[in-house]
Amino acid sequence: MNVIEVNALEKIYNDSEVKVYALNGVDLSIEAGEFTAIVGPSGSGKTTLLNLLGGLDQPTSGQISIGGTDISKLSSSQLIDFRLRNIGFVFQAYNLIPVLTAKENVEFIMHLQNRPKEERLTRTMSLLKAVGLEGRENSRPNKLSGGQQQRVAVARALASKPKFVLADEPTANLDSKATENLLEIMEELNRNENITFIFSTHDQRVVNKARRVITLEDGKIISDVRK
Amino acid sequence: MTTNIKLAWRNLWRNKRRTLITVSSIFFGVLLSAYMTSMQEGSYSKMVEIVVKFYSGYMQVHHEDYWENKSINNLFDYDKALVDRLKSHPEVDLVIPRLESFGLASARELTRGAAIFGIVPDVENQLTQIADKIVSGKYLQATDDGVIIGDGLAKFLKLQLNDTLVIITQGYHGISAAGKFAIRGLIKHTSPELNKSIIYMELKTCQSFLGADNKLTSLVVNVADNKVMANTFKKLKREIQSPYSVMNWEEMQPEIVQQIESDRAGGVIMKAILYIVISFGILGTIMMMIVERRREFGVMISIGMQKRKLAIVLFIETLFIGLLGIISGITVSLPLLFIQAQNPIPLTGETAKLMEDFGFEPYMFFSTAPEVFWQQAVSIFIISVLIGIYPVVSTLKIKEIKALHG
Repeated sequence: MNVIEVNALEKIYNDSEVKVYALNGVDLSIEAGEFTAIVGPSGSGKTTLLNLLGGLDQPTSGQISIGGTDISKLSSSQLIDFRLRNIGFVFQAYNLIPVLTAKENVEFIMHLQNRPKEERLTRTMSLLKAVGLEGRENSRPNKLSGGQQQRVAVARALASKPKFVLADEPTANLDSKATENLLEIMEELNRNENITFIFSTHDQRVVNKARRVITLEDGKIISDVRK
Repeated sequence: MTTNIKLAWRNLWRNKRRTLITVSSIFFGVLLSAYMTSMQEGSYSKMVEIVVKFYSGYMQVHHEDYWENKSINNLFDYDKALVDRLKSHPEVDLVIPRLESFGLASARELTRGAAIFGIVPDVENQLTQIADKIVSGKYLQATDDGVIIGDGLAKFLKLQLNDTLVIITQGYHGISAAGKFAIRGLIKHTSPELNKSIIYMELKTCQSFLGADNKLTSLVVNVADNKVMANTFKKLKREIQSPYSVMNWEEMQPEIVQQIESDRAGGVIMKAILYIVISFGILGTIMMMIVERRREFGVMISIGMQKRKLAIVLFIETLFIGLLGIISGITVSLPLLFIQAQNPIPLTGETAKLMEDFGFEPYMFFSTAPEVFWQQAVSIFIISVLIGIYPVVSTLKIKEIKALHG
């Protein structure tokens, strides 16, 4: 079953008088449970594609359908709500809320979903356990290492029970050990809980773990390899 | 909501120093403003108290023509039924009959203009507490035929206790009134002007002296609590009709009201300037906070926080800054001003002399009326609410993709 359907997607930036095609006619479908890496040189359109899939930006033309909903037709407020219920985000710079503890960061998103307190607490603790942060629940982000922060970010992304997780260069700021650790956790979650992960990355270690690798160049998909 | 409040509170302390500086600026603003208001209102209260206590009372009933033409001929008869009617209002605690006139006070070759007050000694004393101002001799008795006079007048006329004072004036319906009165006591009046001119005599003695038996110029009506004065005045004004008229102290002393109003307006301008400066301080902090956290806002909106929810958090943060300033400012100004109210600042030199010339005690008085404090609290709260609009508008305008990429 396809989670994401992308048809003839274009994103054009009007840089003064020159039109820059960030994405130029991308067609793509992603099935539930995929572990996909989007690769390509800088400026190839990876981040743009991820932003569009995440409903953070509007395409110039084309269609993005997530779970049957054409997100290009949603208003700004509907999009925020759609993201809350369907998409998990992991950012390169972790981007946790600095004034909240690890537990509160994970719980925050469920709070936005108005989930009951009991459910929030149980799920938060099980997610933190899943990413190996048992015992660090009450630490604020500045007391955690980069790797630990990114694991909290993964737990946060999963807290809302999303249809898929978008991870933009999730390992870019991590050392080898932390990268390996994070990838193992994500791979496990993907295998055991059938969570769909889509990465944009330059990191060969991520590419090696991915079961599907989509290569972009000049805003076009030049290869789409399933391992 | 609890999460929003928790987030707002914690965000406030991300940059402790900046928050403390901003809160301090509000704290000092509230303190300064409360101090200034307290000083102003304290002076006004004292001014009114002097006028009310030592002269007019809160309200007076006159003959309807008396205030326009303060002639000894515009008197009215003492009417017990009228007094009882006035007293029937529970908020009225005193009804004091007076017969007032002007005349010449003489002793040997010296003469001076004097204000003559015919009073019922024990009743009058309940309002003006003249007995406490006696510096020599004794207060008037119920059927006294002597007088008490201001010690300034006594000095001028070179008179002492038990000497005889001669008063010459025009009596009721044009009769000439001249009399000799033994000085029973000397009074140090709070108003230096009155101190140099006041003569008190027993009401019946005064009526007999002026040939105005049973006549009065006024019935002073006093209320126990000045907060009910306005309402009582309205009621009495409706109830007491021709040939009487009821006036309150503000109508009788419009120059005092005017002076208070113009002085108050000056204070308002000063406070407005102070609050404008504070407002820009708060606004600066909020603007910096928004710029610094723009990326974070982008993340929060990206993961699913509605912009209006984020706006509420930022609005609460702004209110918190204002509330902390208000609470700290009021907490310090409250005891400080209560102490100051108990210990007015004595004035010296030219300022003191000027105050005395105007008939006021040379002290800087302070008020602890609730409005001294709540006015500052409300002002800062309104400022915070207005400034809070800025982060709300900024948040609603955020484009998540731009915010995320700095």
